[in-house]
Amino acid sequence: MNLPIYLDNNATTPMDPRVLDAMLPYFNQKFGNAASRNHAFGWVAEEAVDYSREQVAKLVGANEKEIIFTSGATESDNLALKGVFEMYKDKGNHIITCVTEHKAVLDACKHLEKLGARVTYLPVKTDGLIDLQQLEDAITDQTILVAIMYGNNEIGVIQPVKEISAIAHKHGALFFTDATQAVGKIPVNVIEDGIDLMAFSAHKMYGPKGVGALYVRRKNPRVKVTAQMDGGGHERGMRSGTLNVPGIVGFGKACELCRLEMADEAKRLSALRDKLQNSLLELEESYVNGNIEHRLPHVANISFKYVEGEGLMMAMKDLAVSSGSACTSASLEPSYVLKSLGLSDDLAHSSIRFGLGRFTTEEEIDYAIEQTKKAVNHLRDLSPLWEMFKEGIDLDKIEWAEH
Amino acid sequence: MAYSDKVIDHYTNPRNVGTLDKNKNNVGTGLVGAPECGDVMRLQIEVDANNTITDAKFKTFGCGSAIASSSLATEWLKGKTIDEAVKIDNMDIVEELALPPVKIHCSVLAEDAIKAAINDYRVKNGLEPLEAEKSHH
Repeated sequence: MNLPIYLDNNATTPMDPRVLDAMLPYFNQKFGNAASRNHAFGWVAEEAVDYSREQVAKLVGANEKEIIFTSGATESDNLALKGVFEMYKDKGNHIITCVTEHKAVLDACKHLEKLGARVTYLPVKTDGLIDLQQLEDAITDQTILVAIMYGNNEIGVIQPVKEISAIAHKHGALFFTDATQAVGKIPVNVIEDGIDLMAFSAHKMYGPKGVGALYVRRKNPRVKVTAQMDGGGHERGMRSGTLNVPGIVGFGKACELCRLEMADEAKRLSALRDKLQNSLLELEESYVNGNIEHRLPHVANISFKYVEGEGLMMAMKDLAVSSGSACTSASLEPSYVLKSLGLSDDLAHSSIRFGLGRFTTEEEIDYAIEQTKKAVNHLRDLSPLWEMFKEGIDLDKIEWAEH
Repeated sequence: MAYSDKVIDHYTNPRNVGTLDKNKNNVGTGLVGAPECGDVMRLQIEVDANNTITDAKFKTFGCGSAIASSSLATEWLKGKTIDEAVKIDNMDIVEELALPPVKIHCSVLAEDAIKAAINDYRVKNGLEPLEAEKSHH
């Protein structure tokens, strides 16, 4: 077992060696520009892109003509939101999204507000899911787009996508989902789920960084987005720029592997995740954040009350995990996702996200359990809050000095 | 972020963790910070008849730098007179632990905790609390 152990697979995943092997020839031997129509170098590259596009489409139940390659999910989010707003602005200016979206969605919405969009940010319930009635009530005749993520990056909860798309369509709005955390981990099918646009990315599914896709539905209805990058008219005019052939080949291979192995992998990972979670819940005053039933198989976000997340991560130095406390940045702000579940600041500060992945072993999980327990106990021995809690003092009744 | 060796040392082997009897007249307790901000420090001093700090204990909820700052503070307090202890400046802690700018607030909190403990001791013993410095944060 090599240390440190990587348990931050929601941030990024290591590339699968099979993906790397597929990509290598496309750097120096088959280096052609997929848009070169006049010679074999171009044809070879184009053929590889076509095959990859098929693999990507197949994973999500799409037609290959509906896949637009981009530089990643952030670009796909931007293209979907800005592209739809620009294309459909004569129909209306209202967009509905939710407060736990990724910053790429939230900040693109903020940008559109400056250009005249009206955006509704739906709250989430304490389990992290949106309220469908609230969604329906928020829709107006000006609503052109409902943008709700598939699986959340911090807590892993899976939104009721089918129901959300049905509500959007009933009122004539399009449905866009950021499925970056879900595609390749759980079955995602654009037809069954009623998705009109969908953003996802290769590096979250054991592919390379720097390549992603936007699915854009071609029929029932035919969806169009206004290009945000002008140039050679690549990707059916929706995204200009020479195609990243090695990246796309890697993305295709990653999608193919996920399609073939996802079911078994999800079973294995959810068993390991549950083992980790159940063992850590044996610690007093520890809580899982977010709905545990509708959740990605490889994620557990757990709060350990009366210890602080960054201090905890320091004690868990052999584990690469992520904390809900952003106090490493100058802001000292705890995670906005956890806060929107109604978690108090101190509980949000005390949370750790464990993200398992394809290469996580049971031995690593056993080690992670032991290290985490040791760290939490060490910090609680140091924590005045833990001592006060143990003495039965109500911490909410103390007047803390602002600082 | 990379921590200095001294921060790691204090964090891994914190000095003087514990609790003194806050009801004793010669014990001063300072509790500063807030859970919402991600750090709370409790620092206690025990003072003898000669105004010398004979013991100091702490408990801290916070990041590694906050724990190290308070651990270091207890080390420095022991053996000092109250008058000497008042002079401990947060920048001394910053320097000793090589804290980066985003962690300066941890040292400020430690200084506040020292002052709060001293004031608690003074008030218990019928003395005026020290004039609070203008908050630097």
